[in-house]
Amino acid sequence: MHIGIDVGGTNTDAVLMDGEVLVGKIKSPTTPDVTSGIISCINTLNASKPNDAEIDAVMLGTTHFVNALLQRAGLAHSAALRLCLPATTMLPPLVDWPDDLRSSIGGHTYMANGGHEYDGREISPIDEIQLRTIAKKMNDEGVRSVSISGVFSPVDDSHEKIAADIITSEIPSMNITLSSEIGRVGILERENAAMLNACLVEVATTTVAAIQTAMASAGLEAPLFFSQNDGTLMQSEFAAQYPVFTIASGPTNSMRGAAFLSGVLDAVVIDIGGTSTDGGMLVRGFPREAIVAVDVAGVRTNFRMPDVFSIALGGGTVIKQNPLVIGPESVGFRLTQEGMVFGGDQLTATDIAVANGTAGVGDPKLLSDINASFAQEAINEIQKRVEEVADQIKVSSHPVPVVLVGGGSILVKNSFEGASDVLRPSNADVANAIGAAISQVGGQVEKVYSLTEMTREEALNLAKEEAISKAVDAGADPDSVGIMDIEEIPLAYLPSNALRVKVKSVGNLDISKQN
Amino acid sequence: MWNVVEDDLESIAIGAGILGTGGGGNPYIGMLRAKQLIRENGPVKVLSPDELDESDYIVCVGGIGAPTVGIEKVRDNQSYYALKAIEDFTGKKASAIISNEIGGSNSVEPLIPASLAGLPVVDADGMGRAFPEVQMKTFFVYGIPAYPMAVCDEKGNTALITEALDGKWVERMARAVTIQMGAVACYALAPMTAHQIQTTAVLNTLSLAKELGEAVRVARTANEDPIEALMNVQSGKVLFQGKIIDLDRQTTAGFAKGQVVIEGMGEYESNKLTVEFQNENLVARLNSEIICIVPDLICIVDTERGEPITTELLRYGFRVTVLGFPAPELWKTPEGLATAGPSAFGYDVEYADLELT
Repeated sequence: MHIGIDVGGTNTDAVLMDGEVLVGKIKSPTTPDVTSGIISCINTLNASKPNDAEIDAVMLGTTHFVNALLQRAGLAHSAALRLCLPATTMLPPLVDWPDDLRSSIGGHTYMANGGHEYDGREISPIDEIQLRTIAKKMNDEGVRSVSISGVFSPVDDSHEKIAADIITSEIPSMNITLSSEIGRVGILERENAAMLNACLVEVATTTVAAIQTAMASAGLEAPLFFSQNDGTLMQSEFAAQYPVFTIASGPTNSMRGAAFLSGVLDAVVIDIGGTSTDGGMLVRGFPREAIVAVDVAGVRTNFRMPDVFSIALGGGTVIKQNPLVIGPESVGFRLTQEGMVFGGDQLTATDIAVANGTAGVGDPKLLSDINASFAQEAINEIQKRVEEVADQIKVSSHPVPVVLVGGGSILVKNSFEGASDVLRPSNADVANAIGAAISQVGGQVEKVYSLTEMTREEALNLAKEEAISKAVDAGADPDSVGIMDIEEIPLAYLPSNALRVKVKSVGNLDISKQN
Repeated sequence: MWNVVEDDLESIAIGAGILGTGGGGNPYIGMLRAKQLIRENGPVKVLSPDELDESDYIVCVGGIGAPTVGIEKVRDNQSYYALKAIEDFTGKKASAIISNEIGGSNSVEPLIPASLAGLPVVDADGMGRAFPEVQMKTFFVYGIPAYPMAVCDEKGNTALITEALDGKWVERMARAVTIQMGAVACYALAPMTAHQIQTTAVLNTLSLAKELGEAVRVARTANEDPIEALMNVQSGKVLFQGKIIDLDRQTTAGFAKGQVVIEGMGEYESNKLTVEFQNENLVARLNSEIICIVPDLICIVDTERGEPITTELLRYGFRVTVLGFPAPELWKTPEGLATAGPSAFGYDVEYADLELT
């Protein structure tokens, strides 16, 4: 059996799963220290399991590290080192960061020799003496964590690794993040993502150790995994080194959990809450990634993030008459006090749905003043807007199943434009924890290959092999690993001798390997 | 005369994206670079073409290479080195800089050498939009030689093209050098006089990009329709509104080629518009009839926010508006059409003016 946990801003939810069967679930308030809430969930579920059952693994999804960034709390004094000279100097590291975030981590930046061209040639060789001097300077300035970003390191990461060795030999205690392990082509965004990771490493190391210690003292020896932005797992030692990969695990786990509960792999998941409706697309069980730069705490990044389309419409959305105006204001969590159907005096989307007969909550008698044709007009508009969210997030005009979750899903009908089926799974209140519990192990490679030295097939095979070995290294059962996605992007404006390839692999967690 | 200040760059980036007609590369990094220099050295002066003096000596600059490489090995001061190389070769000091291409990332490239050399930029360019190759500039259509040209990398290498049979040869040689330089380089070429600029350049295009971008930003802040705001700035036509229902995008010989199909919404319901592209949008067909064709501008923007959408970012489900703007007159002559008309992109179709009513 295994336990899936979701630490949200308000609640910590946990589920006990036997394979793919939900055995138990629990909700408790998130504690300020995060750890004690997690441990109390684990203890409760551990006590409720059958006596002969073992807990094999604990999977954790958390927004703790993104909160640390937003609150500028516990961030390490960090430096960004770019290997690029004499190229790529005009826009130095951290150039587009919010000033207060930059100063809260010390804002130390360095540029040194190194880096590669798109075809793998060196821009310049690594200068060991130069890097030793920089390392000493970092130490003098109190830097405890450093991100190293070489130009075209997704093509060749050797310079980043050499630089890391030199810095470690000079300052053994330095935490090091390599950009090639974090992001994809696009130096500013990849360097930013690596730097976010660098400044979170200390808080991540402390948090992971605290949870492990607490689990051990509770007598639980099962390994701990963290769920990542793309819906795959990482080992806790890895999570302590790469906290940035957990930042968007919340929406990912919610979508994957919802789809799992409804038994579909390819679906649009619509989460209608109190104030907003979020739509995401699952392709073969994983969220489709955003293709544009993703903003994290005001910083542009380009690492793996789910594509989510949101509008301001939820159960608490305020409705106005003559003419009909829907939102964007919402009474949010105060719906059960302020909504008319609950005895309040604010006309909300929920009141409209009850008046129209679409939903059945509260006391419908309180809505006798609402004109039936107005309610119909409003409910039609609400339905249309939610259908548009589903349509915007789809990948083709082909009808797909739509999974509806969230308290606000009572606003919409089951006859859904563009949907092959509308599913409303039970236990959706713990979808996030279930999403964490069902996570698999993945590997991803994104590289630019020069096709003057190899054929396209050879390039694709190299990328596939590397993606598979990355998944196995991350703890996947080698026999279960398959290729999930291949994307080829020949480089525009050049004769086609360069090809960018992105390959994703995924497999089942090899539990036996963990013990 | 006016000055480019930091805030203008945000507007220019949007406007240049619209004039990029799907190609030209993303102006975001160019905008950041120009911002750095304007912060350090102050605003850059912009001269209207009619403010130029007969003694002026104006050099054209631009970036060349793969945009997908340019987001990794970001351009630095190469266009400034290229400017210096041209000055050294000709023995004459430049007095102003002109952009090669107002569409996309090249719109802000002249601001870099201008800021570093303390020179003004001219409110004009060689395309009035975006095109993929060096020779596709109005200057060269109307008799200005496309050389001398200096191509520079960031390491201190300079290649000088001192003579060529025609612009197409300049393109071939410069492209080969650029690949060796790591697929990102900058160039300076074709020093011109005031009269040559006034007669062979597309005029007032930096102002146009800024005004288009400003209109979009103002409309967004005021919750007004950005499309209507755009139409108030430049005479053009809403060709179509709808959502993307099909996308076929392949990359062959270094170009993103393909087409996007848009299903009509609102007054365009039950119609389909197909836009064919080769990096830039080239042909718009309403059902099967051509309603706008290169060199006229076909711009795809996000209907709600007025944000230009480049070819590589097109995706199913996007709500888009397709705008048509008439090409600059210089492109509509037989010489102009021979260089950048339908036949230059492999279409066996006669060019017909965009009908504005």
